[in-house]
Amino acid sequence: MEVLVSSAIGVLTAAGIYMILRLRTFPVVIGMSLLSYGVNVFLFATGRLVVNQPPILREGVTSYTDPIPQALVLTAIVISFGMTAVVVMLALGAFIEAGDDRIDLDESEGDQ
Amino acid sequence: MSPALIAALPFLGAALPALLIRTGRNNAAAASALITGLALLGLLLHLPTVLAGGVVESRIDWLPWLGLNVNFWIDGLGMLFATLILGIGLLIILYARYYLSNKDPVGQFYTYLLLFQGAMVGIVLSDNILLLLIFWELTSLSSFLLIGYWKHLPEGRQGARMALTVTGLGGLSMIAGMLILGNIVGSYDISEILKHKDMIQASPLYLPALLLILGGAFTKSAQFPFHFWLPRAMAAPTPVSAYLHSATMVKAGLFLMARMWPVLAGTPEWFYIVAGVGLITMLIAAKIAIFKHDMKALLAYSTVSHLGLITFMLGLGTQAGALAAVFHIINHATFKAALFMSAGIVDHEAGTRDLTRVSGLRKLMPITFTIATIAALSMAGIPLFNGFLSKEMMLEAAAHTAWLGNAWIVPALATLAALFSATYAFRFISHGFFGPVSKDLPKTPHDPSFGMWFSPAFLVVLVLAIGVFPMAVAGPYVQMATNAVVGGGYHMHALKIWHGVTPALIMSAIAVTGGLVLLAAHAPLQRLWDGMPRPDAKVIFDWIVAQVQGLSDWITQGLNNGAMARYLMLFTVASVGAGIYAFTTGAMGPQTRALTPVNGAAVTAWLLLLTATGCIVAFHHNRILALVLIGIVGLTVSMSFIYLSAPDLALTQISVEVVTAVLMLLALNFLPKVTRIESSRFKISFDVALSVVAGIAVSGLIYALMMRDFAFPSMSGYMLANSYNLAGGDNVVNVILVDFRGYDTYGEITVLGIAALVIFALTETLLQGASSRKLIAWRPDVARGGDKHPLILLIVTRVMMPIALVVGLYIFLRGHNEPGGGFIAGLVVAIALVTQYMASGFAWTQARQKVYYHVLIASGVLVAGVTGAGAFFNDMPFLTSDFGYFKLPGLEKFELATAAGFDLGVFLGVVGSVMLALGGLSRLARRAAMGEQDGEEGAHIVAEKPEARVLAPLAAGPYPPEAKVPRRWWSTARAAQEATRAERDQVHENKMKNKEEDH
Repeated sequence: MEVLVSSAIGVLTAAGIYMILRLRTFPVVIGMSLLSYGVNVFLFATGRLVVNQPPILREGVTSYTDPIPQALVLTAIVISFGMTAVVVMLALGAFIEAGDDRIDLDESEGDQ
Repeated sequence: MSPALIAALPFLGAALPALLIRTGRNNAAAASALITGLALLGLLLHLPTVLAGGVVESRIDWLPWLGLNVNFWIDGLGMLFATLILGIGLLIILYARYYLSNKDPVGQFYTYLLLFQGAMVGIVLSDNILLLLIFWELTSLSSFLLIGYWKHLPEGRQGARMALTVTGLGGLSMIAGMLILGNIVGSYDISEILKHKDMIQASPLYLPALLLILGGAFTKSAQFPFHFWLPRAMAAPTPVSAYLHSATMVKAGLFLMARMWPVLAGTPEWFYIVAGVGLITMLIAAKIAIFKHDMKALLAYSTVSHLGLITFMLGLGTQAGALAAVFHIINHATFKAALFMSAGIVDHEAGTRDLTRVSGLRKLMPITFTIATIAALSMAGIPLFNGFLSKEMMLEAAAHTAWLGNAWIVPALATLAALFSATYAFRFISHGFFGPVSKDLPKTPHDPSFGMWFSPAFLVVLVLAIGVFPMAVAGPYVQMATNAVVGGGYHMHALKIWHGVTPALIMSAIAVTGGLVLLAAHAPLQRLWDGMPRPDAKVIFDWIVAQVQGLSDWITQGLNNGAMARYLMLFTVASVGAGIYAFTTGAMGPQTRALTPVNGAAVTAWLLLLTATGCIVAFHHNRILALVLIGIVGLTVSMSFIYLSAPDLALTQISVEVVTAVLMLLALNFLPKVTRIESSRFKISFDVALSVVAGIAVSGLIYALMMRDFAFPSMSGYMLANSYNLAGGDNVVNVILVDFRGYDTYGEITVLGIAALVIFALTETLLQGASSRKLIAWRPDVARGGDKHPLILLIVTRVMMPIALVVGLYIFLRGHNEPGGGFIAGLVVAIALVTQYMASGFAWTQARQKVYYHVLIASGVLVAGVTGAGAFFNDMPFLTSDFGYFKLPGLEKFELATAAGFDLGVFLGVVGSVMLALGGLSRLARRAAMGEQDGEEGAHIVAEKPEARVLAPLAAGPYPPEAKVPRRWWSTARAAQEATRAERDQVHENKMKNKEEDH
């Protein structure tokens, strides 16, 4: 199981980074989403993988999975939505204003 | 009055003059004087205690774990300096009232002055070096404002910048030195540091600390080679020069050396650096001062020279040196401030203060002449004036000082400096006030009003009083301050004018005689001086600044050239590099965990995830396809969360997935639907290689982590054990969110709300001006479905709405004990609302939507905050929750927890934020749809703003012509689409044409 999860995190990260290095806003946003998945699962996996032991207290049950990474990741998921929304809005605003969705500035713009 | 209040008063009062200036200059000045007077009164009430050798303290813990406490104390040295600062401050406030003209922003001036005054008092009363550093920097900043007060003068602005650069850099160096010092002693309290002389001087870090601290002191007190900023700062109004550059700020460096004297002085390093620099400064500046024509420039260099004298005395490291330094600080402050004010009066009345233009003012301005002469004679070191007394002490001390075993060089140089000093003092008087009355002045000078000459007159009365009765007037003060400088146990001999024929008296006589001789020979000497090449400090300074700026430009431009993709690449390379470095240099423990078994479902999900991710990379040029694929990835991740014992995460992820998809679709409505290939093959290969390396690295890292147990016991055990006992919840994740780590969550919903408001603000901007016209002119680049609001979807969503809301409520209520909670419930309800917008249209839904989303966000944050604050009533810290079990007739026993109130805040915040964010995008779409509509509204806007049509319609992103459209599957679809679009455009244009013709 650990092999599957770690390889999945690696693939998500690699794909995310590749997409982030593209030159237009939309692929970059997609890349950020992929990277967020990778990072969230990474954080989650720092609690080690446990099957069928959710952190919901029950009579007679003594072993539970680690709840802290879950709490962290839960907020991370929601925040990454907020962040994505802002970035999308910025990208859209830039596209409407400039008529262009490139993420790099031109030489002349860069000097300003 | 508490020492802290004395330091705070000027800051508190700084707003008064700025406000009162509307009622006139007199009120602004009076308010400033009142504040200063109050602080001075509060200070002097402590005088008996301090004179008796006591110390007044006030201590407030601020950040005790950093050693940063708001500790103030008034000891002898602080008392002396604070009296000077506040006393001369009062005189300056009066003087400035008459000096500044009607056109100057006088309120601003007094506000800056009070800020500066507060910072200065703060420095001298601080009993904590970190606090002292804060005030130190504040003096640099407030003096910047004062020097550049006349903003229209380029010299003023340049002088202010130079002063800020030099003293600011010095301040940085001092911070480093002070931190070392505090580290050696283990405390940042000055009173504590002063007890550890041996520990500090024995430390190997003594020399670095000393050099760094002296860096701060020398720059502030304009010691060679940092002396050049002070004369340039003379572009400031004269009250500022008199206050900052003679009496107070430049003495801050001296104060610091005196303050640290007990622990830093007495070593050879101290002697050679401090005494050496002081002596050189004294000599060089005195020489330059002789040849300055501008009265203020002459006084500025003379100030530098006298500061050198005091530094020299402190550098000796003897008690006699400390006494001379303290006494000269008092004397210099009195006569130099009076001289500056006299120069200001001359400038004010005559319109110039150039010694080659003014002369014979003795006859025109007798009062000013008297004041200036007394002060200048004191500066020259003539008996019966106070400058004589401290200069004698200096010469006496110099006479007994050997330099590297040479007994005569220090006395000789000191005498020479005193001689130069006498020369420029005599020149100031003889060239300015004697000789024929000058005719061609811009104004005919006469003595100013009483208000203007009172302040310098008061000071010269002190000059005379101290000069004639030194022991009676200044004795106790000098004794008190010197005792504080040398660290206690000091008994001063009476201050006397006549000591008999001593070496100092002979040196003094040589100096005065020599001064007269040089004055007689001034004209030829001046020609010689003017003919000599001299390094111009400003040119050197500007050159250095230009070089540093060039370097920083080069670095910034090189790194920050506007190419985002490159930043991201560099960032990735750097992180991967750092990770690889850490991996290759660090050690790893043995594996302690076994692999968890795998089943078919897990492998299927894994394959699904990998395929979808791979397809995104391969087919991302088709943006809609990429969006669908990323949905698959999100769903797979959610499923994995369920499998891996994280039901709350699964619920959150799946609902966020839905709103994200809606968000991206709304954005994609406007954005081009296809990404063309722009990157070169090389870039693509490089990016692939980089991301593969990063992926492998991350993968290896998490694998290594998962195969090992925690290195330290985790706090999860505590949370699992106490979740029920302390917070009354079975769902530990939810309890962590709303209780154990409630503060984080509180910050989180606030951030989410801010993000939504940012989006709202961006939307508002886009809905105005040119971008709004572009939106109106925008036409969809893909064919639309025929039915805007399909009936089936419409009905189903309306039926679903109450069900979805009930589900949301249910998830919310059970959240404390079962998977669910405010976040998830908020997302579910948001989805229910969003589907209404999607199915029934924005306008329909908005018309039935009675609550502003802003209000939801605000009330969410408010409810969560109020619930948290409720804990205060139980004397518990913020966000401590309480719970209990209740029984109502007819219902089962149920639980109520205050955490539910907090969770309600989370819920409201999430609903509001998500809806506001998505709503923003829909409003853009709606504005764009106006242009499309044939209905009245759209036509109306277009008719109103015909230019909207002409303005650059949103093209599908200007790609270079050689950019390729990727993939075969795209071309056919695209061609069909473009055909439809062209046709539609044609129809539309015809329609518009017809309409225009109708008009």
